[in-house]
Amino acid sequence: MRGGDAIIKALMDKGVDTIFGYPGGTVIPFYDMLYDSDLRHILVRHEQCAAHAAEGYARASGKVGVCLATSGPGATNLVTGIANAYMDSSPIIAITGQVVSNLIGNDAFQEVDIMGITMPITKHSYQPKDANDIPSVINTSFEIASTGRKGPVLIDVPKEVQEQELDDYVLGTIPTPGYKPTIRGNSKQIAKAAQMLKSAERPLILAGGGTILAGAGEEVKKLAELIKAPVATSLMGKGIVDEKEDISIGMLGMHGKQVANQNVNKTDCLLAIGCRFSDRTTGKLEEFLPEAKVIHIDIDPAEIGKNVAVDLPIVGDAKIALDQLINELEGSKIDESAWFKSIVDFKKSTIPRVSYDDIPLKPQQVIKEIAGAITEDTIVTTDVGLHQMWAAHFLDISKPRKFISSGGLGTMGFGFPAAIGAKVACPDDAVLAIVGDGGFLMVSQELATIKEHDIPVVIAMLNNRKLGMVYQWQNKMYNKRYSETDLGNTPDFVKLAESFGINAERVEEVDKTQEVLSKALKDNESMLIEITVEKDEFIPMFPPGGGINDLLGEYKYEKDVAGGK
Amino acid sequence: MSEKSHVISTLVEHKPGVLQNVASLLNRRGFNIDSITVGASEVEGLARMVFVVRGDEKVLEQVIKQLHKLVDVVKIKDLDPEYVLKRELCLVKVKTGKANVRSEVIQYADIFKAKIIDVCDDFITMEVTGHPDKIDSFLKLLEPFGIKKIARTGPTAIARGHH
Ligand SMILES: Cc1ncc(C[n+]2csc(CCOP(=O)(O)OP(=O)(O)O)c2C)c(N)n1
Ligand SMILES: [Mg+2]
Repeated sequence: MRGGDAIIKALMDKGVDTIFGYPGGTVIPFYDMLYDSDLRHILVRHEQCAAHAAEGYARASGKVGVCLATSGPGATNLVTGIANAYMDSSPIIAITGQVVSNLIGNDAFQEVDIMGITMPITKHSYQPKDANDIPSVINTSFEIASTGRKGPVLIDVPKEVQEQELDDYVLGTIPTPGYKPTIRGNSKQIAKAAQMLKSAERPLILAGGGTILAGAGEEVKKLAELIKAPVATSLMGKGIVDEKEDISIGMLGMHGKQVANQNVNKTDCLLAIGCRFSDRTTGKLEEFLPEAKVIHIDIDPAEIGKNVAVDLPIVGDAKIALDQLINELEGSKIDESAWFKSIVDFKKSTIPRVSYDDIPLKPQQVIKEIAGAITEDTIVTTDVGLHQMWAAHFLDISKPRKFISSGGLGTMGFGFPAAIGAKVACPDDAVLAIVGDGGFLMVSQELATIKEHDIPVVIAMLNNRKLGMVYQWQNKMYNKRYSETDLGNTPDFVKLAESFGINAERVEEVDKTQEVLSKALKDNESMLIEITVEKDEFIPMFPPGGGINDLLGEYKYEKDVAGGK
Repeated sequence: MSEKSHVISTLVEHKPGVLQNVASLLNRRGFNIDSITVGASEVEGLARMVFVVRGDEKVLEQVIKQLHKLVDVVKIKDLDPEYVLKRELCLVKVKTGKANVRSEVIQYADIFKAKIIDVCDDFITMEVTGHPDKIDSFLKLLEPFGIKKIARTGPTAIARGHH
């Protein structure tokens, strides 16, 4: 067995069925060995998409996603995807080829110091110099990527190591004496948290991506019901509780729901779980949570107290710590809560307007049609831009891992390849990518990937022929000076998709949208649906640097729609 | 916010890339590094890395937490300034053209317990260790003679007694 065989065997021993990659000079040995193996390989058409697909795979399934690229340009093409996974704490493993060891440091052809380049955006990295170490390096990389605060691990494998014969295949571990994540919450702190929550009059829960990563959906719901606390989420926490239910008040933040943004500051006790209080979630910190005591549960101690001053820190896994907290609170269930009732009433009276009959279609209306076409099990991914925020704001998600979006890095081009990864991980679930025309064009070459590998992904493209989100900022904050945000009339997206052999349709009317979407999702066939949307419809926001309750734009309500359409 | 000087002592895995990782993390998080020393520790396979850094308390807390996140970092201690023993090594080469200058320099070296490690017709090279302040004063005294070269290691540190 050679190094490359060991990579394949170790991956399969760790339960990997599929990897996403792209060959090149320094990984030709690996690919030669892959040729005879049972490991499925999805040939993407740009390495960045291999990393995004690995992340989509990881986030849809909860497993570790794996991507692979050659040295030099292949490796640097992975960088954006690795950074995205780092910011959103997604467990992926990126394997890169490296020039032969005796050339390292000589500026050899296609040599880059990818370990150095990715140091700030990986949780850890390895460069095995001896093929005998490969199984253990892979084993330990899985351990590091998928425990504690999850994140990407890079393994850089020099070419000759891939070809070296192993003495023995041993799936051992590389010692990591410095790595010991805290999993259980400190019981004294848990008891204190229970006390604080019991004496709170207006408790509120803020659930972030950490709750999804920990699989803490049931626990969040149970606790929220126990103490009658409405649950707001960050973008990354969307779906941790069913957003259709009273207990959920949706996404908080720059483009958050009115019920979340306008009530968060009323709480006297915020329980934040697995979130990092990013500026997009909190707004100006001086105006955030004026009256609240803050309890923060996070697996990463560095997140606690980083942005928001915390009264009670609890370091631990969200699921386990919540379970401890629920045990501590058992028997003190609150039945009646005027606070909770007021929030439910607020939510009901501020249901955002999604019904319109305008042409071009309003983006809100498109989200309504999407909502009508998907089920609770449809995996929705988004790209980055206005369409993402329309979806985050207006589309109710009912289950964890069903909404996959680029949060921390805000990477245009993420949505479509992430959908590919999600579909590979969960072939029985329908997968819908909601994308903009700008971001889709950054990764449209992956249409070839879904065609060649028969990966049925439905793409709903909200086409405003603009870099819509930047266009909105220019409209609201830069005197309508629309510098470089018009995308013109090319390409013809339908023809583009068809040239890859992918069905496509352009829709411009209301009824058609849902019909086409539903059919595509049900048929389990790839399809690009280009939906022409109004470019001058903007989503309410607080300005960057503004407070959570500063409002640019206005909230509109479904109850105001004439005739209750 | 007050920028204070802190001595942070860490135990790290002794392998390539660790110094780069730690230094770049400190830099990224806005901490100014005055010095770093690295060398073997009492534990095989682990090195002790000692930094002197400047920053305010909140940044310091964040940096220590971020350092903890590095898989290769095994232990971190922010050494209490009251109990820290700080020592530095300095090599200095001084001009000693005239004979009376040479004896004066040797006298200073005696007082500061500096070792003379090389002598030639024009220069004396000395080795002095001690608290960085002591080294500063020694160098200041030598300045009028004309210092040709200085090489300082930057301080390394350890906590006193049971601390
Ligand atoms: C790779 C990358 N480049 C630039 C940006 C900045 N940016 C954020 S949203 C956006 C516009 C996105 O346009 P489009 O994909 O058409 O979506 P829309 O906002 O119109 O819905 C831009 C340029 C980014 N987030 N990512
Ligand atoms: Mg657009």
